Amino acid sequence: MSVKHGLLALLQDGSKYGYQLRAEFESATGATWPLNIGQVYSTLARLDRDGLVEAVGATGDEDDDTRSRYRITDAGRAELHGWFDTPVARRDRPRDELAIKLALAVAVPGIDVRAIIQRQRTTTMRSLQELTTLKRNAAADDVSWLLVVESMIFAAEAEIRWLDHCEAMLVRVARKPAGGSTGTSDPAGLAGPDAIGAPR
Amino acid sequence: MTATAPSPHPAGTATGAYVDLRALTRTFGEGETAAHALRGVSLTIQAGELVAVMGPSGSGKSTLLTCAGGLDLPTSGAVLVGGVDITALSRSAVAELRRRRIGYVFQDLNLIPALTAVENVALPLELDGIRARTARRMAADALDETGIGKLAERFPDDMSGGQQQRVAIARAIVGDRRVLLADEPTGALDSETGDTVLRLLRDRCDSHGVAGMLVTHEARHAAWADRIVFLRDGVLVDESGPTPSIETLLDES
Repeated sequence: MSVKHGLLALLQDGSKYGYQLRAEFESATGATWPLNIGQVYSTLARLDRDGLVEAVGATGDEDDDTRSRYRITDAGRAELHGWFDTPVARRDRPRDELAIKLALAVAVPGIDVRAIIQRQRTTTMRSLQELTTLKRNAAADDVSWLLVVESMIFAAEAEIRWLDHCEAMLVRVARKPAGGSTGTSDPAGLAGPDAIGAPR
Repeated sequence: MTATAPSPHPAGTATGAYVDLRALTRTFGEGETAAHALRGVSLTIQAGELVAVMGPSGSGKSTLLTCAGGLDLPTSGAVLVGGVDITALSRSAVAELRRRRIGYVFQDLNLIPALTAVENVALPLELDGIRARTARRMAADALDETGIGKLAERFPDDMSGGQQQRVAIARAIVGDRRVLLADEPTGALDSETGDTVLRLLRDRCDSHGVAGMLVTHEARHAAWADRIVFLRDGVLVDESGPTPSIETLLDES
């Protein structure tokens, strides 16, 4: 997703100033996605260029605010509905750094994979606790915010389950005798840093 | 193991913990076939604190909970509840402590189908010798607290799974319980209803100073706790966050 669609969505119910859009965006996503005002204005400029929004002059003579308000165009509305109607494909998301990190840790000799998994699980568990506290303290009718928090809770939960799975899998691999060799069987560095000097 | 003398200060031990589990071991069977469910677990829970015990199946987490609640005796170690070592008490004294001070919530609710919600909650009080009318009033209060006061006269079969679980929680908190022990209390409930159950447990600890232990294998449920401990193969692996030890896993031959 881009900020672009978020701003279009917020312009649905009327024209708004940039600073207003920023405040509403943060309130809807619970400030989990902080925007700076520069981002808002540069995005609005691009939307304007593409004909998805248009600037309208400041209303009321007593209002000396020279900045423009923006309103969504028909093309912008079509773009927005197209966005809402299209499911987010997994391949559109950024690559998972953690999966890559673990894959590399297993592939590169001498890395303590177990320690990486442990640290990650502890960190993710703490985030899950913090998110749960946010959920507990949220107002029951703040549905937008609760949706965002729940999304992060489910993601953290999935990551922990995945880490458990990785660890179990690595332990199973480590337990298998390595091709009848009498040396240590520790392809994934599971025995920890002590194993680095062990015969391979 | 030598028993600790009952403390004159029932509010807690020297460490301030209401529940103080010391070096618990629990072995089932003997000799080569013996199963070591707990291999020396120490854990404290303060009044007002909710501690989650996580771990895979067979890690000993349910055994830890039943020992903490006096439903099972450890093979060795001490279980201090409110400063009293319950491993040193007589069977009847433990039973009395269980009835009065400790509440249990299990995945399997054990509600009696022939009794209404309020009767189910009042039953343990009546068994404890409290007069029926008083017990009923206390039960009604507990049902109010779990948000189903209006369903007091319903039978369990006429309630949803979430409502039945609220009855079970009311039964666990009725009277002056100081310890709340929950073993996979969200069971088969959907996650939204499960949250409600966890919220109730959490609130009970926060607002009534109850010491709570929540056994679960689900990270999202454990996250409701103040502290999360992780058990693996009967050993407490980490107290601040779940960091299982591979040595423990590989230790078995």
